[in-house]
Amino acid sequence: MLEIRNADCGYGARTVLRNVSFDVPPGELLCLLGPNGVGKTTLFKTILGLLPLKGGSILLQGENVSSWSRRRFAAKVGYVPQAHTPPFPFQVKDVVAMGRTAHFGVFSSPSDRDMEIAEEALCTLGIAHLKESVYTEISGGERQLVLIARALAQRVEILIMDEPTSNLDFGNQVKVLEHVRKVVEKDRLGVILTTHHPNHALMYASRAVILGRGGTVSTGTPEAVITEGYLKEAYEVEASFHTLEGRHGRRFSVCIPTT
Amino acid sequence: MTKKLACLFILSLALFFLSFTVGRYPISPGTVAAILWSKFAGMPNGFNADMETVLFSVRLPRILAAALVGSALSVSGAAYQGLFKNPMVSPDILGVSAGASFGAALGMLLSRGMVATQFLAFTFGMVAVGISYAIGTLLAKRGEPVLVMVLGGIIIGTLFTSFVSIIKYLADPYNTLPAIVFWLMGSLANVSLADLRVASLPICAGMSLILALRWNLNVMSFGDEEARALGVRAGALRLAIIVCATLMTAAAVSISGVIGLVGLVVPHMARLLAGPNYTRLLPVSLLLGATFLLAVDDLARVVFAVEIPLGIVTSLIGAPFFLYLLLNTRKGWL
Repeated sequence: MLEIRNADCGYGARTVLRNVSFDVPPGELLCLLGPNGVGKTTLFKTILGLLPLKGGSILLQGENVSSWSRRRFAAKVGYVPQAHTPPFPFQVKDVVAMGRTAHFGVFSSPSDRDMEIAEEALCTLGIAHLKESVYTEISGGERQLVLIARALAQRVEILIMDEPTSNLDFGNQVKVLEHVRKVVEKDRLGVILTTHHPNHALMYASRAVILGRGGTVSTGTPEAVITEGYLKEAYEVEASFHTLEGRHGRRFSVCIPTT
Repeated sequence: MTKKLACLFILSLALFFLSFTVGRYPISPGTVAAILWSKFAGMPNGFNADMETVLFSVRLPRILAAALVGSALSVSGAAYQGLFKNPMVSPDILGVSAGASFGAALGMLLSRGMVATQFLAFTFGMVAVGISYAIGTLLAKRGEPVLVMVLGGIIIGTLFTSFVSIIKYLADPYNTLPAIVFWLMGSLANVSLADLRVASLPICAGMSLILALRWNLNVMSFGDEEARALGVRAGALRLAIIVCATLMTAAAVSISGVIGLVGLVVPHMARLLAGPNYTRLLPVSLLLGATFLLAVDDLARVVFAVEIPLGIVTSLIGAPFFLYLLLNTRKGWL
């Protein structure tokens, strides 16, 4: 379990968010929602240890991670960045094997066992056929899935995903989110996912952390915190909520802009 | 893949042997084999002593130097391309060649002899990179220092190049100036076994460490943040790679002068053969770099009656070859 305790986040001399607290237990899909520029990226980069924590603490299984080495932390917490193109045409299986880096020595390369784990991760996401493909030549949706496979090969307990659905078409958005839901439910991973779509949070998340303008932070179930008032305040959008019935008779609400 | 590697290995061995036979004093392959064998077996041979002198005092150091310098430049070039996430990067990017040129020119201006000149070249190569590195780490406000470091390298390179111009301007135009100009064109003609012994230390040390760390270069080419999130200490790794590559390049430049394009072109040839994965790319770059410079040096020795400076030949061959590679890329390796 990942615990964020009274964290202050920012970069340089600027503190953007103050006193942020929430937990990510196993099996939780937590959506981080907020308009551009309120500090979503700053928050998750601070959690990943890419930006120094300005106050408070981050605990993993009850232990403060501030003294952990990068390797030890990377064996527990994985990062799925937005899909981008590296300068070299690596094969997909090599990209996924990079997820194993924290598990072998700094002077080693992936063993056969590491390559097996990488292939298992590709199988889990249904993209085993891509393993020999060139990462720079596959589609954006496939690249995003490969990066998720890399994080799965990392065998972490917590995944932090940076807008995994941006730049994807409608079909790939659904595909990626369904896979995320599967790894949360089956593998009991804790996932923090940033998104720009309130409906993604309403449809998939078990909890939501919403950032408002002026550094306000609230946490709760998506239905409780994503309200007409919040959408008006954060995005200046009038929206109405509708309850729909999805697959398996599951009911969820969606919001539609009315202005 | 293994087949290609085996071919490359056999090719480089064959070239290594053939290089003993080329030159203005022709020695047939059979004679070379016989002399090498008798030396190896410790038996006296029936050939004249001149031949033995040519083989062991003139050609052997030169051949070893070509292999050593070629592999050093190629491996550091390949490592830098991953580290700086850019296939257009060469080992000079942080100013090592410009710094070494200044050091060598200074040594020649003060006429302190060959050893001092090489020492100054090596030292100022390291100093130039040290300044670029400091600029990168101290001035980058947040995020990745790579861009600032490369910009710093360009500025420091320009600065040291103008220092070289100052020395040229001050140098005696009949003796020192031509010596400096020829040194800057690159040559392996005057390398002795003693030079090799000194230069091979930093080169072998740097190369071993880079080879040992090579998997991390794959991860680094995805950028600092991803590398750190994958468990790599990006800052420490970058420092280690830069120190190693600079040791290698500065040592290579101090014995051979400036030899352009090898560190840029050979990694691309290697990538075409072995793919972008650094676990295979670096060993192939090593072998290919040695073979390439050996072949180019053989050409420099035999094509014209007067020996052509090596830096000119590498550029003359490297530039069109690089264009050919650009035209024939199938996979987006650039």
